[in-house]
Amino acid sequence: MDFLIQLFTDPLAFWNSHTLLIAQVGINSILASSMFVVLYSGQLSLAAPGFMAIGAYTSVLMELYWHTPLALNIAVGVLLAGGAGVLIGLPVLRLRGVFLAIATIGFIEALRLGVILNLPITGEGLGLKNPHADPLGGINLVLVSVVVTIFLVWRLTKGRLGSAWAAIRQDELAALSQGIHVARYKMIAFILSAVLAGFAGGLEAHLNFFVDPGDSEYGVTRAIQILTFAILGGSGYVLGPVVGALFLTSLPYIFQQAHDYIGVVSGAFLIAVIVFRPQGIVGRGGLALFRPRWWPRRQVRAPSPG
Amino acid sequence: MSWGDPPSPQLLPSTCLDRDRLGQQLLNAIFIGSIYALFAVGYTLVFGVLDILNLAHSAVFMFGAAITYSLVINHGQSFWVACAIGIAASALMGLVIEHVCLRPLRRRSAPPIAALISTIGLALIIVAAIEQGQPGAFLSWIWVDGANSVSFPPGTIPNPTWHVAGLTIEASKMAIIPISVALMLVLGYVIRYTQVGRALRAVAENPRAARLMGLDVDRMISLTLVISSALGGLAGILFGVALGDISPYIGRDNVEIRGLAVIVLGGMGSIPGAVVGGYLLGLIEVAALVVLGSNARAGVAFAALFLMLVLRPQGLFGAELREKI
Repeated sequence: MDFLIQLFTDPLAFWNSHTLLIAQVGINSILASSMFVVLYSGQLSLAAPGFMAIGAYTSVLMELYWHTPLALNIAVGVLLAGGAGVLIGLPVLRLRGVFLAIATIGFIEALRLGVILNLPITGEGLGLKNPHADPLGGINLVLVSVVVTIFLVWRLTKGRLGSAWAAIRQDELAALSQGIHVARYKMIAFILSAVLAGFAGGLEAHLNFFVDPGDSEYGVTRAIQILTFAILGGSGYVLGPVVGALFLTSLPYIFQQAHDYIGVVSGAFLIAVIVFRPQGIVGRGGLALFRPRWWPRRQVRAPSPG
Repeated sequence: MSWGDPPSPQLLPSTCLDRDRLGQQLLNAIFIGSIYALFAVGYTLVFGVLDILNLAHSAVFMFGAAITYSLVINHGQSFWVACAIGIAASALMGLVIEHVCLRPLRRRSAPPIAALISTIGLALIIVAAIEQGQPGAFLSWIWVDGANSVSFPPGTIPNPTWHVAGLTIEASKMAIIPISVALMLVLGYVIRYTQVGRALRAVAENPRAARLMGLDVDRMISLTLVISSALGGLAGILFGVALGDISPYIGRDNVEIRGLAVIVLGGMGSIPGAVVGGYLLGLIEVAALVVLGSNARAGVAFAALFLMLVLRPQGLFGAELREKI
């Protein structure tokens, strides 16, 4: 509770003492937006940590070996992540639902366990020291990036692209028969998501003195965490995944009293939210509470696929 | 190891032992493959019936092993009694999964992805709760070793060892193979030829039509989760006994994602596919270990998974996928 009390009574002190947490929330929000883009176009892709790893390692290695400026490092990382998005997307996007999810898991784990942990240049699993990191100074950059990302994604979902994605999400065959180039629009969503993830990876690497190739950074654990942000926050609206990232990242601070049992508390929180609000925190409709027998049944709408 | 120990046979130069080592590795492949298969059969059973990936399955795997260990070591039960209770507790955990994570969502016709998140939540709870089991803590009657990895001390379980033609054969590892094969045959028989199996297949095919035909769909789904979780718990016990590694993380680290790989290799929802996929993954991993060394082992398994999905998404035994664009 102290955490929330401080947030409302003394925002300045809160900012000073929790800068790192705020930066992490920002990074996770960008990742959640990246997940939102693929989910919005009806694809369940868990590839984000792989693209993050590409962005992060590219920018840190360029800094270490060529001493190029940060903007260029991140830009190259983003470009490579986008390129990888094209290469991975071409074979994988024929798959759907759980199959796509598992194929992307195959990609991220093959990249992490097969490549990153074995190459001498990436530290062979010992990780990479990044002496030029700037944990506190990077916060402004992160906040600006979050705002720009959310605006960009929101703008895209409101335009032609967004309508095409929504049509594909709701019924791929119908979209195809309306003349929407399904494969192309899915590819655009996948690449945009890869670019955002690569960007988040580069930023995160800039905030940490150490690039850790562990499972909770670039592995399946991270992928599932990002998916949880998006589903828990609500994947129907741009702000949903961001709210999910905000909630879940600050959960250990909000429930500080739970101490060691934080895992139990977050698990229970996850189940409670998803059971009472299957549509996510941000979304239409109220709480799905238990209905007494005499209460009129609500009209059932067709569930959205995916 | 004390300073004066003679070098153990494993540390000898490998050149003179190559053929034997190959045989031993092949044995290892079959044995680890059996565990993968047993674990994945439960995974694929739930997916086949519900179209939901039950990500709490790996937590049940760990739960079964932890309960059994704790009963033998801390409560002084005999190994066989502990096994039975461990499997029963895992099966009960299946009911918990159904009633806490799946049934409420099914009632609200939530999208399948929501059930994925709720089972992740339950897996988090189980692992975090076991992790906190320390002496004097609230959960110390289930588990007292916290986040440590433990193993059964030698002598607590009967484990005769034979040396045949240069191969070391341990009973605890060998027992896994007939147990897994027998269980999977029984399960295959039940599903294919009995009334219960017919009902399960009907629910898998079309829950609504099954309900209209007078089947109790909820009960069938509960049964599916009980069978699946009992198999998962048994796989955990066998893993813990044979590999001597029981910790709150064995499910997450060893079988969670590999189980996915197995059911994809064999074809999602197909039980014979899961069995073959389990042995195939065991072989692939051991081959990668022998050819490329231990670092590349896991990476190769996932590359195989990726390639399989790209080239033949229905897996070895799955039906042709209808959707193609």
